[in-house]
Amino acid sequence: MLSAATAHSSGAATNVMLMSALEVTPAWYLVLGSLLFGIGAVGLLVRRNPLVMFMCVELMLNAVTLTFVTFSRMLNDVGGQAIVVFVLVVAAAEVVVGLGIIVAFLRKRPEATADDMAVLEG
Amino acid sequence: MSVELLVFVVAAAACLAGAIGVVASSNPVNAALSLVGTLFGIAVLFVAQEANFLAAVQVIVYAGAVVVLFLFVIMFLGVDQAEDLRIEPLGGGQRIVAGVLGAGVVGLVLASLADTSGEATGVPSGVGALSDGTDLDLLSNAIFTRYVFAFELTSALLVIAVLGAVVMVRRVRGPEIVDPGQDEREEELRERRADAEQSAEEPASARAVRRFHPDDTTEADADEAEEVRA
Repeated sequence: MLSAATAHSSGAATNVMLMSALEVTPAWYLVLGSLLFGIGAVGLLVRRNPLVMFMCVELMLNAVTLTFVTFSRMLNDVGGQAIVVFVLVVAAAEVVVGLGIIVAFLRKRPEATADDMAVLEG
Repeated sequence: MSVELLVFVVAAAACLAGAIGVVASSNPVNAALSLVGTLFGIAVLFVAQEANFLAAVQVIVYAGAVVVLFLFVIMFLGVDQAEDLRIEPLGGGQRIVAGVLGAGVVGLVLASLADTSGEATGVPSGVGALSDGTDLDLLSNAIFTRYVFAFELTSALLVIAVLGAVVMVRRVRGPEIVDPGQDEREEELRERRADAEQSAEEPASARAVRRFHPDDTTEADADEAEEVRA
């Protein structure tokens, strides 16, 4: 009985230690942001469907906004969050223009890839 | 397991799974739905960092408007059939370069984080400390006082973007614009499909010889298009 109780308390102690070791620090958010940015960049370079490339750009933008919010919390400064608002607006405008170009282009040739966008020059 | 840790792990898993889904799914509709997973995960992480207003905007603007716009374009154009991922991603060389670059981005951040003690330093922006009030109060104060000029510029940007989209998508009345290279490109796509099917059974060395060279054909097509126009 006694030994069981001591075993339980020592288990609780290791639990507490584990919890303090696994505290979520801002660095975790920064690592997650860099992972998302990296995945988005790889997708942008590897895929050739213009729509999917656009989604990868959105991924990269979101990774950056996550980083901005994290730094805003680390520095106790609302400036980072204000910039995120502007990033959102610019991303929305970018989506409108980009999808407009894609619609105008793919309507002619649904099979087109990003390589075929070379005919847009001139 | 603390609540914060649980929230972070679940949201981060949703983000990463969604991001990989965007890059790796062959059907654009699946990619768009995976993107929703990532955007929701990021909204949850915003709440976890007490950026409540931005989390709401993230869900409404991104998961609501932007993804619906993507899906609308996919359905409108009828490009929702699955692509052949053996052809569609660029061949070996560029995939390796892309992987190295992506790993480099992540590695740089990890290296710089390992180098510091995890503390950020910098000069305060002067628009307010987060501990002074709610995030919505502080954010609106910052946007409508310090950043009001930038705010006005973004409204102009939105109007210009909408006008640009209307001009580009409008159907032009008049003679049909012909695309001189279209037949050749379709032919070439069929060849690439056939090649990929063959090379699935061939060893890698044989595949390298018949690899598709995109530069040659696109340049030739562009030249041809100019000639016809002239």
